[in-house]
Amino acid sequence: MDNNAIIQIKNLTKIYKSRSSEVKALDGIDLTIHRGDIFGIIGMSGAGKSTLVRCMNLLERPTSGEVLFNGIDLSSLNDRNLRLARQEIGMIFQQFNLLMQRTVEKNILFPMEIAGIDHVTAKKRVDELLDIVDLADKKHAYPAQLSGGQKQRVAIARALATNPKVLLCDEATSALDPKTTRSILSLLKDINHRLRITIVIITHEMSVIEEICSHVAIIDQSKIAEVGKVEDIFSHPKTLSAQRLVHPINQSIDFGLEKKGKHFRIVFDGNSSFEPVIGTMVLACKSPVNIMFADTKNIDGKAFGQMIIQLPEDETIANKMIQFLSTQNVSVEEVYNFAE
Amino acid sequence: MLSNFFVHINETTIHMIQMGILETLYMTLGSTLIAYIIGLPVGVVLVITDKNGFYPIRWLNGVLNVVVNILRSIPFLILLFAIIPFTRLVAGTSIGSTATLVPLVVSAAPFVARVVEQSIKEVDGGVIEAAQSMGASPMTIICKVLLPEARPSLLVGSAIAVTTILGYSAMAGVAGGGGLGDIATRFGFIRYQKDIMLITVALLVIIVQILQGIGMYIAKIGDKRTIG
Repeated sequence: MDNNAIIQIKNLTKIYKSRSSEVKALDGIDLTIHRGDIFGIIGMSGAGKSTLVRCMNLLERPTSGEVLFNGIDLSSLNDRNLRLARQEIGMIFQQFNLLMQRTVEKNILFPMEIAGIDHVTAKKRVDELLDIVDLADKKHAYPAQLSGGQKQRVAIARALATNPKVLLCDEATSALDPKTTRSILSLLKDINHRLRITIVIITHEMSVIEEICSHVAIIDQSKIAEVGKVEDIFSHPKTLSAQRLVHPINQSIDFGLEKKGKHFRIVFDGNSSFEPVIGTMVLACKSPVNIMFADTKNIDGKAFGQMIIQLPEDETIANKMIQFLSTQNVSVEEVYNFAE
Repeated sequence: MLSNFFVHINETTIHMIQMGILETLYMTLGSTLIAYIIGLPVGVVLVITDKNGFYPIRWLNGVLNVVVNILRSIPFLILLFAIIPFTRLVAGTSIGSTATLVPLVVSAAPFVARVVEQSIKEVDGGVIEAAQSMGASPMTIICKVLLPEARPSLLVGSAIAVTTILGYSAMAGVAGGGGLGDIATRFGFIRYQKDIMLITVALLVIIVQILQGIGMYIAKIGDKRTIG
């Protein structure tokens, strides 16, 4: 067994049965999340990612397969031991899910009441947590008096109260504006660094993955399409679903309308971006190219750029250019009309 | 002119009406209390054992639903007479305000269960899920999530329940149940003493207003969703 794994999912399948039909929400999922990771799980809505994260603390019971937390198969535990295991897995939600009739302080006390922590210790812990999430002045406020970002901070403090090993985040920033999203993400990153808590993030937004995740799994049609380090998947997405998420531009530009020449995507990283690849190519082949799209992204401190160019109609020149590009330190691939 | 209308008002009738008020309050509040002791757990169980609840138990939910529905579909006036043998068994008599508690509770408990069920259902499923994710037991979820989060709604429900039960208690006057309803029946209706009728009606309206007002006020000041 992988000693550094905190969550291991083995051949997990979840089927929802209704009278008339069966829906396979998850199909043969294998996934390993290591201690200290910020692990992103991304997919379109309905891909099964929320079900997957709920299987990690058994809020949803898998139809088959295993969920190992710290090496223990959660479905083998009785109710009591499962509840104890859950105290080591914090969770935050899109809609915050705070107790509306309790103050901020009492919301954060709640998981400690469940865990049976004595009141004096628990109250001290509340103050520590409020410092971490930077909300000490809202201790006696009610959730109705807080903004969305503040509510999520309370939810984070609450989820951390019992010193969990893992924090599950189910679309935790989807109800927030971009600025608040960034501040919540940097808080999560900070928690990961300072408290060494493994974080699992469910999202449909690529920007969330870019911003804080170390690893990512792409889930598409109930299956894991691709999994790996974020920088690897960003620079070399192998599967179509990964490409669609990394290069969403394919969906907005209809290349099918302009059949004049072939389109190529060039992806370069920080090391190759200093070379004037396109300029050199144009000079070498003595023919212009059309730049359709260009973009750079900052992933984990490294610059990633991509560019989509249209090669000339003349096949000899086009082939020459392809030849040229393949000798450069960039990744090149032909782009078709992905608009489906 | 007024003294011509209030011909039956004298020390005896005033004393009788005072006793009537106390009896009405006794029957109403007493049966509401007992109805909640039975109806509150039943309402909670109805919600959590539902197939969409967090602790589904199909058969129990089915049985409770059938029992509640049957009792709810019998009009109070008919129930009042129909269960007289049962009332005698429990209270030793079928006349007087204590005896009236029996049919009142039988009728009010299922009503209260439904009112409680509605209030508990309003609690956001996400909050229950959050509590489960923290490792809360079903009992903890009931006592620390469902009931406190539904408290404002439960209080509004209890104000509605208490006024409905007050109405039932007045109806029980027909079967010798005591209280203001009894006075209105015997003096106001049978003996055409219009002044007595007017006073009992006015008193019932005032009592309903006060009970309703108190319930709504407590519900409102206790609700933390609407502050700020």
